[in-house]
Amino acid sequence: MDHSSTFEKALRSALITLVLIFFLFPILWIFLMSLQTNETILRIPPSILFEPNLDNYRALITGKLQTTAGNLDIAFMRNLWNSVLLSTFSVALSLLLGVPAAYAFARFKFRLGEDIAFTLLSFRFAPPLLVLLPLSLYFKTLGLTNTYIGLIWVYQLICLPLILWIVRGYFEDISPDIEHAYRIAGNSWWKTFTRVAIPLARPGIAAAGLLAFIFAWNNFVFALILASADKQPVTVGALAFVTASGIQYGQIAAAIVLSVTPTLALALYAQRYLVEGLSMGAVKG
Amino acid sequence: MGELVISNVDKIYRPRRKAPVHAVQSLSLTVKPGEITALLGSSGCGKTSTLRMIAGFEDVSHGTISLDGRDIHTLAPSARGVAMAFEAYSLYPPLTIAENMAFALKAAKLSTAESDAKVKAMAEMLEISDILNKYPTSVSGGQQQRAGLGRALVRKAGLYLLDEPMGQLEPQLRAILRGRIKHYLREHKCTTILVTHDQTEANALADRIAVMEGGILQQYATPAELKLRPANLFTGTFIGEPPMNVFNAGVRTDGKTVSFAIDGGVTLDYPANELSAPVSNLLSKQQRVAIGIRPHALHLGKGPIKGKVVSCQWLGDQTHVAVEVAGRTIVSVAQERVSQKTGSDIELNVAAGDLHLFDAASGGALAHGGDLA
Repeated sequence: MDHSSTFEKALRSALITLVLIFFLFPILWIFLMSLQTNETILRIPPSILFEPNLDNYRALITGKLQTTAGNLDIAFMRNLWNSVLLSTFSVALSLLLGVPAAYAFARFKFRLGEDIAFTLLSFRFAPPLLVLLPLSLYFKTLGLTNTYIGLIWVYQLICLPLILWIVRGYFEDISPDIEHAYRIAGNSWWKTFTRVAIPLARPGIAAAGLLAFIFAWNNFVFALILASADKQPVTVGALAFVTASGIQYGQIAAAIVLSVTPTLALALYAQRYLVEGLSMGAVKG
Repeated sequence: MGELVISNVDKIYRPRRKAPVHAVQSLSLTVKPGEITALLGSSGCGKTSTLRMIAGFEDVSHGTISLDGRDIHTLAPSARGVAMAFEAYSLYPPLTIAENMAFALKAAKLSTAESDAKVKAMAEMLEISDILNKYPTSVSGGQQQRAGLGRALVRKAGLYLLDEPMGQLEPQLRAILRGRIKHYLREHKCTTILVTHDQTEANALADRIAVMEGGILQQYATPAELKLRPANLFTGTFIGEPPMNVFNAGVRTDGKTVSFAIDGGVTLDYPANELSAPVSNLLSKQQRVAIGIRPHALHLGKGPIKGKVVSCQWLGDQTHVAVEVAGRTIVSVAQERVSQKTGSDIELNVAAGDLHLFDAASGGALAHGGDLA
């Protein structure tokens, strides 16, 4: 039941609107920028009235960037593809390693268990720049510099701790007796893990996977140092728009819109399952 | 249908950075084939740990558990041939009640028709036929509990473990189901271990009750024996409602009379011949004893126990009278309606045959009703 007065409701709506404008306006502005040329973007005073054109998108997709100084080849689509590839495989590998590990940390008490879990978490708060220097040396020796495998490996620093700690919490919330009941009915440990524990923790696994994907997607420094142009994701690729003849704001905006689209689509798609899973109250004792 | 033998089992929990907890101490217990045993005790007494060790969810720190002559304590839970109903129901949320009850049958490769029939019959017995197609989260706690119980009972197993199987049910339904479940377990000759803290449930369902306290088995006996011949002061005071009244007393015997001088001034004198010769003999060597008197054996009316009424409650079929005697409150139960004003003087008596005598130091039973323990 709602006991709040009309005034409270109005105030709440006003505040929510304010917050939404604050957060969503930049996104709207970027979208508008992506449809303009550099000249209209930079005019003073700025105006939301302009003639939209898709030149920026065309330039990105064809890879031909036309500037006043001349034509420039950019590998934006290649970068986008790299981002998809790197993020997808990193998250997949992290799920493969992290979910069973999270289950082990949640269910079994073993020597140094907490210490190992904490060490893995500490990867998240170690500044990436700190590990990059030694890492780049190792990678050179190992021949992993500028390889997808090398990057996916490094991305585990981002994805694995996240998945491990979020999913662990979900496993801990599931009453072990639900699994016990399944086991005692004549099912093996492995079957219980795959048929009972994982399905029950699915909302958590989905949430963790999504978050890890976003973090991997947004990563900048690792790929900047450890990969060269043909293996770099969009975040690094966007640097190409800072050209000798100036910053290509229109193309940057279009690139942002394009690069946000996959994560946005994934988030919208996964959101349904997240809400469903959470509202089902499936993991209640 | 198997015989369960627990011998010398210990369970020691070793939490990180904390002192180890000895939850079960050298427990030995045999449950005969088809017998229903209740593990009775207050929380933390080790009864659930015992059950989980039998099921295989906890390691046995020391000792062996065998079922039907086969050592099972090292096997995986799935290989033990044991069925269990969990206290927290533990139904699998994505499955309906019927699917939950059937999943062990499925694992045992029963045909769908066979398993459906079994589930249906079990649901009828437990009165949950109407919720078979619902999901666990959409039914009440009592219904979930019955579904969990049904899931355990519906399958064939060498041993059935029931952890507080009826804690969430309404009293009326509980009484009805107790009878049905006992009948079912008897009919199918199910060897059963039931964990409960409810004496009534243990008395109604079990053939024998194992009373546990502090991880130690206090007594393993039939319900009647537990009541009439408690092995020690703990069982004596734990079993029975309201609990047994206990006095510490000095003993004096002079051949003709046995006197108990209760601390605080009351003395109980009995002719020596009302207690058997071995008991009198034993008491002559005893300085002090603990006397246990069941509230039902403490009668109102002329007697050596004098006190003041603290409260007097008519419960519809019996009266509970609390009396302050020698600085402490004791309870007497009368079958008839008694009206006594609070604060009024009252006298109580007890027959020699109703005394339970325990060693004052160890608490071990010495004599019950005039006979040696």
